[in-house]
Amino acid sequence: MLVVRTENLTKEFRESSLIRRHCVKALDSLNLQVEMGEIFGYLGPNGAGKTTTFKLLLGLIFPTSGTAWVLGKHIREVKFKREVGFLPEQPYFYDYLTGEEFLDFYAQLFRFDKGTRKQKVRNLLAMVGLEEAGSTQLRKFSRGMLQRIGIAQALINDPELVILDEPLSGLDPIGRKEVRDIIFRLKSEGRTVVFSSHVLSDVEAICDRIGILMQGRLQRVERLDEFLNVEVESVEMTVSGLNQMGREAIQSLGGQIIHDGSKTVIAVHGISSPIGEAAIPQILAAIRESGAKLASMMSRTQSLEDLFVETNALNGAAKDTRYKTQNARHEEEVPCVESGVLGLGS
Amino acid sequence: MSLLYAMVIKTIAVNTFREAIRDKILYNLLVFTLIVIAASVLLGRLTIGQDQRVIKDVGLAAMSLFGVLIATFVGTSLVHKEIRKKTIYTMISKPIRRYEFILGKYCGLLLTMFANLVIMIVVLFAVLMLHSLLFSHQLVSGSEPMGYASLLKAVALIFFELMLITSVAVLFSTISTPSLSVFFTLAVYVIGHLTVDLKELGAASKSSLVNGLCSLCYYVLPNLDNFNIRAEMVRGLSVGGRFVFYAIVYGALYMTAVLLVSILSMERKEFV
Repeated sequence: MLVVRTENLTKEFRESSLIRRHCVKALDSLNLQVEMGEIFGYLGPNGAGKTTTFKLLLGLIFPTSGTAWVLGKHIREVKFKREVGFLPEQPYFYDYLTGEEFLDFYAQLFRFDKGTRKQKVRNLLAMVGLEEAGSTQLRKFSRGMLQRIGIAQALINDPELVILDEPLSGLDPIGRKEVRDIIFRLKSEGRTVVFSSHVLSDVEAICDRIGILMQGRLQRVERLDEFLNVEVESVEMTVSGLNQMGREAIQSLGGQIIHDGSKTVIAVHGISSPIGEAAIPQILAAIRESGAKLASMMSRTQSLEDLFVETNALNGAAKDTRYKTQNARHEEEVPCVESGVLGLGS
Repeated sequence: MSLLYAMVIKTIAVNTFREAIRDKILYNLLVFTLIVIAASVLLGRLTIGQDQRVIKDVGLAAMSLFGVLIATFVGTSLVHKEIRKKTIYTMISKPIRRYEFILGKYCGLLLTMFANLVIMIVVLFAVLMLHSLLFSHQLVSGSEPMGYASLLKAVALIFFELMLITSVAVLFSTISTPSLSVFFTLAVYVIGHLTVDLKELGAASKSSLVNGLCSLCYYVLPNLDNFNIRAEMVRGLSVGGRFVFYAIVYGALYMTAVLLVSILSMERKEFV
């Protein structure tokens, strides 16, 4: 079953100055599908349209064209939100409330009775490690504590779908591990998690599938287990004391000197081919014969970072696509199209 | 089902009330108390036998003034603050309707102002009683035209006026910037007390444009003088129950219309 389905979802923002008025396309014909029970990583540089997507799905903003369904319900409906939890990026909350009051307030919005609310608040505070902070006002919380209480409010209704916008930002390594564990726990309970992140190593460790968004367009969607279980791409060797004769021998055997200093780093590509495989013992012999010492040898498979960089390069994106607008978005000027609640596509 | 909607509105209202209390909005009561006590001590001595009348007059004026300031500055920030602090993101992503959000915030502010007025009236009554106990020998017979029941009637109408001004503040907070919202709301308050004069000005004018504009203001803007019976009360003139009833009905209808426009505006608002 599809938990999220979008069809040509497009969002343009109108921006006007004293001189002229124009629109910027934040999301361009997004066709995205998220399946039940998976952890979906939504990646992209700042301003790519990730937060815009989440806001469209949750009814905070309205599509210019196209449409979407969450848990089988159209995004114009309110009912599906009973089954959805959301943590915004850099969350701000009612800081005059204590941790317990804060969670109880959100539980009341779901119309839970008093006993259920009390139980839920206690369990969630324990789950995010904030039992001791239940009676502390949120204005006294650290950044990491706010992130954790934010996750707790997103789970107050035992949601089928949890949308987390940059849940790992601002957390220390222990905090990140705790959030990762919470996400795994949600998956083990059969829930679907969609989250955006800049921390690619975390995405790599957590996600079943990833989608890469660049300049408002979905560039690719990959299953990580298929993508990351590829054969070794290259081998990197670090050696010390390599002389000129050894360098030449290594280069003639297909080795590439990628760094030369007090230590020399040699890369051997095409390692999955028979020729590449055979080159490794020959290069090791050349190192030994030149009197150099092997410090380390590492195999490299394709990483998510490689995929991300490759996608970015293919997209021809500028080196820095960051724009600091109120809601960072890429700046492609387009003619304005009327949007709003009534401007939904079919 | 409607009970469930009411529960959400109540939850948001209580939270708004709690926010107002914890943001120390009720500190204005201290200033109010000081003004009323100062009026009883200082102004009372300047008027022979009219002490209580002056205290009541100053007390009612202060209630109205503080109420309008709270309605304007808190009312106009109700939606803006949620957007600026981004708390609206977690609110709207929950299964609540936007009109529940607006009505909840509105009711929460009304609750705050109601509590404010109740404490103010208690302070005013306390000062009046204390004053009459201490200076009863100075009272001139027949110098107390306004009893406590009339005082409550005047306060009730002040509350309805504040309800209306709050709805106007909420409307502007959904369609304009915070500073402009404050300006527009205060403008409505000031013009709202001059609409009858405006109509007369238009009628006296030879220009049809001026006449038209004045008539438009008269019919579109609220006539806030309907809620002002302070002068009549202080002078000892009676105000009929029918007048009060019509003023309340007028206020309720106007407020409902303004809230409906606020809800429509909120339904189309994007939280970027």
